[in-house]
Amino acid sequence: MAVTADRPVTAAGAELPPLEIPITRTLIVSGAIASRDYQDVHHDAELARRKGSPDIFMNILTTNGLVGRYITDHFGPRAVLRRVAIRLGAPNYPGDTMVLRGTVEQVDGDTATVRVVGANAIGRHVTGTVTVTVPAGGA
Amino acid sequence: MTGAEGKPAPGKEGAAVSGETETAATEVVAGAGAGAEADARVGVEAGAGAGGQAVAGAGAATGVRDRTAADTGAPDELWARLKAYEGRAATVACAGKDPVNAPMIRHWCEAMGDTNPAYEGPDAVAPPTMLQAWTMGGLSGHEGRTDAYDDLLTLLDEAGCTSVVATDCEQEYLRALRPGDEVVFDAVIESVSERKTTRLGTGYFVTTRMDVRVGADLAGTHRFRILKYAPAARRKPRPGRPRPVVNRDNTGFWEGVARHRLLIQRCTGCGTLRHPWLPGCNECGGLDWDTVEASGEGTVHSYVVMHHPPFPAFDPPYAVGLIELTEGVRMVSNVVGVPYDKVRIGLPVRLEFRRYEGAGTGEDPLVLPVFRATEGGA
Repeated sequence: MAVTADRPVTAAGAELPPLEIPITRTLIVSGAIASRDYQDVHHDAELARRKGSPDIFMNILTTNGLVGRYITDHFGPRAVLRRVAIRLGAPNYPGDTMVLRGTVEQVDGDTATVRVVGANAIGRHVTGTVTVTVPAGGA
Repeated sequence: MTGAEGKPAPGKEGAAVSGETETAATEVVAGAGAGAEADARVGVEAGAGAGGQAVAGAGAATGVRDRTAADTGAPDELWARLKAYEGRAATVACAGKDPVNAPMIRHWCEAMGDTNPAYEGPDAVAPPTMLQAWTMGGLSGHEGRTDAYDDLLTLLDEAGCTSVVATDCEQEYLRALRPGDEVVFDAVIESVSERKTTRLGTGYFVTTRMDVRVGADLAGTHRFRILKYAPAARRKPRPGRPRPVVNRDNTGFWEGVARHRLLIQRCTGCGTLRHPWLPGCNECGGLDWDTVEASGEGTVHSYVVMHHPPFPAFDPPYAVGLIELTEGVRMVSNVVGVPYDKVRIGLPVRLEFRRYEGAGTGEDPLVLPVFRATEGGA
């Protein structure tokens, strides 16, 4: 989704359109390296298997980045993230698809708290809340 | 290094592990999704069992859902030692390896698929969620970690909690980071949970909280929680041996095996013995037959040693023999009682029946004829 127009925060209960993220090996590895996380389980399938994981899996920093992107994709380039709090669940393995969904939980002036859930084929990969401010008025 | 001998944030748990998912631990599975609401399937292997009593999980934001395994009531002495680290600094006045910079921002955005124009151009800010990335030690690591934090991790390692998984990340962004900003960060060990049993294994949640500063300005806070645990035993039961396909042509053979008798088919027309069992005689075409019981004596006519591919029910390497019975027919089976590399053509063997347990899925045990070396196979 291109980030172009700003959307004002909407009323509590509003749902954000879902964002589907194909979990490719490339995404997992590039996300790990872009976040400077060189743990082998995020790029070396053989070592990941040796540690009991069926494959490499996404690191928490990438998940955090994707959750942030989901929110700013929706609210636009002037949206400012204030807080992102996530908890991880089912791992994101290559070949899966994660669907991020968001629900506005609370609105206070130009600031909204959005509940985010990212589900994959195994279960909930991430649950969390994001606080975002979208300044009202013109640029 | 700005030091912050940190105190736990009031009313909160957790303090930032030096922002890095790295730990001294051996088997780090950082940043993984281990846990929360869904199955924690990132089982990381290895590690002995710290086992022991699992304390019912209080609200600690576990990424891995706590299972309230029974509390044995025994005091957890390790926990008391671990808890003494709460409030101590984990990282002191550590400087980010690179100033906030456009190339790293661009690489991040490319990886995340983030096209937000706020992260480009002369007025670019860094994506706020990059906060931790600016604190990562990368391949060369950091020197800023305190002995206290290393000691804490060592205690856990020694208790068998050798694996790590990141479960929670809570960040607040107070000031945008822009290219050129040089971050300095301090982290404090905020809390160590009681021993918890999760789907991954039993261990302790360690929460750290990090303050990331640019000059005197607090740019953000980063609370990070890891589970340091002894992996649960692998649940997957070893599959049982493949079951024979029993059909009308060979039912008699398997019925004999079940009674610990090795039956050879004999053509009632021409008297030729045959194995494996077939509906007709290869010599005369006769369809009528009866059986004779094998004496059980034989020799290895030929053999192979299986190294690869490994099948789940077998432990390679192992010898598969083509056994020639004294009656003259041959059959394929395992050669036992001798190392796989001592099996030779001509090795005398004797029949025995072995019982193999089922696959753990309620399958009946399996009885199979195998051949034991009678000469030690030297």
